[in-house]
Amino acid sequence: MSFINLKDKVVQVKIVYYGPGRCGKTTNLEYINRKFRDQIQSEMVSLKTHGDRTLFFDFLPFDMGQIKGYDIKIQLYTVPGQVKYNATRKLVLKGVDGVVFVADAMEKQREKNIRSLNQLHENLQAYKESIFKIPLVIQYNKVDLKDHGVPVLPTAVLRKDLNSRLKVPDLEASAITGYNVAATLKKIISATVVSIQKKLL
Amino acid sequence: MNYGIVSQEQLEQIDTILADKLIKLGVDCVIIIDMAGNIITAKDNGESKYDVYSFAALAAGNFATVDAMAKLVGEAEFSLLFHKGQESNIHFSKIDDELLLISMFGKDISLGFLRLNVVEAIDQIKTVWDTSSS
Repeated sequence: MSFINLKDKVVQVKIVYYGPGRCGKTTNLEYINRKFRDQIQSEMVSLKTHGDRTLFFDFLPFDMGQIKGYDIKIQLYTVPGQVKYNATRKLVLKGVDGVVFVADAMEKQREKNIRSLNQLHENLQAYKESIFKIPLVIQYNKVDLKDHGVPVLPTAVLRKDLNSRLKVPDLEASAITGYNVAATLKKIISATVVSIQKKLL
Repeated sequence: MNYGIVSQEQLEQIDTILADKLIKLGVDCVIIIDMAGNIITAKDNGESKYDVYSFAALAAGNFATVDAMAKLVGEAEFSLLFHKGQESNIHFSKIDDELLLISMFGKDISLGFLRLNVVEAIDQIKTVWDTSSS
């Protein structure tokens, strides 16, 4: 749940990047951290293992400017993607306002995407949230790999696998090159802010 | 429980309690956060410059982790959470199921004295909070 401070006129919005292991959640945040450095006052926090895998979460706060006189503070989190870390994934989802599901477009990851999305559904239920109601954007990451000869699933297949029932905004992206990373962020922020406004009215 | 919005009046009351009970004592910085990592309010002595937003995210994670460990060993919770450093220390205390009070303080304050004041501050904050939810 977003927290609204009426005294200082600040709204804190929590957006979580969710997805299977090595799909590029941290890479998304790292790109945002580099690209929007001017708007970000603090350092990105990463809790990771020696092998550079996310252990708990990455955290990146930034200011989005004002809406109706309220400062909007966006807090971006990632979850650890590895299967064994579901307990921590669940902790990070507490109080979430919007989710970006990062799918791995590589052919061999097809099943992992579906499993991860199903688990997101279950984890949200534990907080009495619904994957069908929460602001959600799906990103098909790593589309650049097809230029390097790596088998990549066509977007139509990914869409059928992951978004045929949800019908949420989705887009192709390449977190490593930055393609559509900002577009994904923009989509989830606007969806989340609209949903918070609706809840308040 | 609807804790998403706190009125200006309540925040001012809470800020006064924090200033009276903890900042006056010599605590560098006090933050109240919720378990999702949002900052409810932050108060400091005017000198310390902490990145309170990152701090809140990490503290919520830390507390949740310790809570999960408590459950593993069959405890309902570990009520005292305290990190000691050379120059500064951090003390965590649960206000209720959703809120945490975090105090950062130097080596001039004794832990016992701080804990006494934290307990009093929490009692007072609870009164402010309860009037809001009823």
